Amino acid sequence: MSAVAEERSARAPWALTAPALMLFVGVLLIPLAMTVMLSFHDWGQYKGIEPVFILKNWHEIATDPYYAEMFWRTFRIAILTTLLTALLGAPEAYILNRMSGRWKSFFLLVILGPLLISVVARTLGWALLFGGNNGLVNKLLMSLGVMRSPIPFMFTETGMIIALAHVMMPFMVLSVWAALQRLDPQIENAAMSLGAGPATIIRRIIMPQIMPGVLSGAIIVFSLSASAFATPAIIGGRRLKVAATLAYDEFLNTLNWPLGAAVATLLLVALVLIVVGSNALIERRYAEVFR
Amino acid sequence: MAYLELDRVAKQFGAQTVVDDFSLAVRKGEFISFLGPSGCGKTTTLQMIAGFLDPTRGAIRLEGKDLTAIHPAKRGLGIVFQSYALFPHMTAAENVAFGLEMRNVPRAERAERVRAALAMVGLAGFEDRHPRRMSGGQQQRVALARALVIKPSVLLLDEPLSNLDAKLREEMQIELRQIQRTIGTTTILVTHDQNEAMSLSDRIVVMSQGKIEQIGTPQETYEKPASAFVSQFLGKTNDFAAAVDRTATPARVTAGSWSAPAPAGLSGPVTVSIRPERIGFGDAGLSAKIVTRIFQGNHWLFQCDSECGPAIVIRQNDGKAQPAEGEAVRLAWRPEDMSVRARALA
Repeated sequence: MSAVAEERSARAPWALTAPALMLFVGVLLIPLAMTVMLSFHDWGQYKGIEPVFILKNWHEIATDPYYAEMFWRTFRIAILTTLLTALLGAPEAYILNRMSGRWKSFFLLVILGPLLISVVARTLGWALLFGGNNGLVNKLLMSLGVMRSPIPFMFTETGMIIALAHVMMPFMVLSVWAALQRLDPQIENAAMSLGAGPATIIRRIIMPQIMPGVLSGAIIVFSLSASAFATPAIIGGRRLKVAATLAYDEFLNTLNWPLGAAVATLLLVALVLIVVGSNALIERRYAEVFR
Repeated sequence: MAYLELDRVAKQFGAQTVVDDFSLAVRKGEFISFLGPSGCGKTTTLQMIAGFLDPTRGAIRLEGKDLTAIHPAKRGLGIVFQSYALFPHMTAAENVAFGLEMRNVPRAERAERVRAALAMVGLAGFEDRHPRRMSGGQQQRVALARALVIKPSVLLLDEPLSNLDAKLREEMQIELRQIQRTIGTTTILVTHDQNEAMSLSDRIVVMSQGKIEQIGTPQETYEKPASAFVSQFLGKTNDFAAAVDRTATPARVTAGSWSAPAPAGLSGPVTVSIRPERIGFGDAGLSAKIVTRIFQGNHWLFQCDSECGPAIVIRQNDGKAQPAEGEAVRLAWRPEDMSVRARALA
C-alpha cells in the first residue's frame, strides 16, 4: 500500500465517526463543561450571575448540613429502591424464565409494557391511588372504616421508594433475565442428579450465577433512581426534596444557577464514582462467571 | 437377574408418542448404548431413567425397586450432560465435591475422593481451575469425575462426546471404556454416532421413531441387522431385491444373475442385505459396471451400477491390481455373509 493510501485509511475512522462525535461534543460535553464552570461563578439576589472564579457554592454545599441531608436522602432512597427492585425483580425474572411459551411472552410484555408509558403518567397513577383524602384507595379504606386517615404515602420517603421501585422494576427484571439466559438449561438437572434439593439449587447454583445480572441491574436502577426527577417531584413535591429536585429548584425558582450547577455537578461526580467503583468490584469478584 | 430394568416404558407428549413399548434388561456392570438418529426417543428414555421426565406408562426398576417412585435427587445416578452443565462459578474441585457435599461426606474424606476422581480422569493439578478456563475435553473430564465421584449405581451419558473434535473424541472413547472397565459402573450411553456405540458398548439398543429396532452386541447389530433401518444406520450396506424360489430343490435365492441356496423359512420376494466389504469381484455373480473408483489409503471404494441397482464395494488395499472405472465385473459373496429379509410387495 502506498503511503498516501495508508494515511487516508488511517483517517477514515475519524471521518466516519465525525458527525456523531460532533453531536456528542455539541450536546453533551460542551453543556457539561459549561455547567461545571457555572458552579464556580458568583450569584447575588440583585446582581445575578457574575462570571468569576470562586468556591462560594462548593463551600456552601460542603458546610451547610442542609445539602448533606439532601444528598444522604437521595442516596438512601436510591439504595432502598435498588434493594426493593432486586428483592422483587430477581425472583420475578426467575419465575418468568420458568414459564412456558405463551405465558412467558405474555408476562414479559406485562413487565416491559410500562416502559412504553411516561414516567410522569405512571407516578401520577400512584398519586391518584394514594393522594391524600381523594386517593382512590384511601377513600375506599376510609369509607370501609379500615382507616381513619389516609395512608401516609405522598410526601414520604416510603412512598417515593415504592413509586421509584415500580418505575425501575423493568430494568432489574430485564437484567436478571439476560443473566438467566446464559444459564445452561441442564444446570438444575445436573445439581438435582447430584442430590441437591430445590432450595439448595437456588442458593448454591442459580443465585451465584445470576448475581452479576442482579448487580448490573442494581447499578442501572441505583443511578437512575439517584438522578430521577419526575417521580421524586410528584411524590415528594417541594416538601421532600432530593438532589435532582433541589438542583431544579435552584435553577428555576431561586434562579441561583451557579448553586444549582454545583449540586448537579456533585450528583454527577458522586454517581460516576459509585457506578464505576462498584462495576470494577463486580467484574473482579465475578470474573469467572462473566467470562 | 436384571440390575436395571425398563418394562414396556412409554412416553407421550400430548398426542405424540415419543417412546413406545421400551423394554430392556441391563446387567450389572454392562455398558449399553442407545443408538439412533435425533428424535428417536433415546434422550427421552435416558431422562426418564434419570427422573427428569415421568414415563406415561411402564415401569423402571433398579435392583427390583421401582425407580419412578424415587425423586431424581435421591436416585443416586451419575449423569454427564451433552453440554456438561458444569457449575461455572465453582472450581473443578468444587464441582466434583458438590455431590459429596450433598451427601454430607466429611470434609477430609471429601477432599481425598475429589482428588482421586480428578486423578482418575487425568486432571490432577487442575483442582483450582474454573470450567470456563478449561478446554472442551477437560470440561468433559470434570463432568465425568463429578458424576463418578458419588459412586453412582448407574452412569448415564447423554451424547457426552458430541462436542469434541474427532481426534479428541477417539481418545476419550478409549479412556471412557477403560475407566468404565476399571470401576465397573453400569453405564448407559446415548449417542447418534454408530462408531462410538460400536467401540464402547457391550450391547447396543438401536432405536427409531420411539421404538427399539434391535438389541444386540455391536457385532450382531452390524452383521445380522434385524431391519432395513438397522442395516442402513450402522454403516454402509447394499440392499438388493431378490426372490426365494421354493419350487427348486434345494430352494434358491436369486438376485439378477447371482444365486445361492436359500435360508430356511422365507419365500417369495425378499431383500438381500450385504456389507460392501464382504463383496468380492469374481467370475460369476451379479453383473455390474464400475462407475467410480476412490482410493482411500487402506482400502478402495467402488461405486457400481449393477443389474439390481447401485452397489458399493470396499476392497482392502492389499497391493493387488483392482478393476478400473468402466470395467464390467461380477459381484459375489458368501451366503453366510448376507442377511435376508422378507420384502413387502409394493
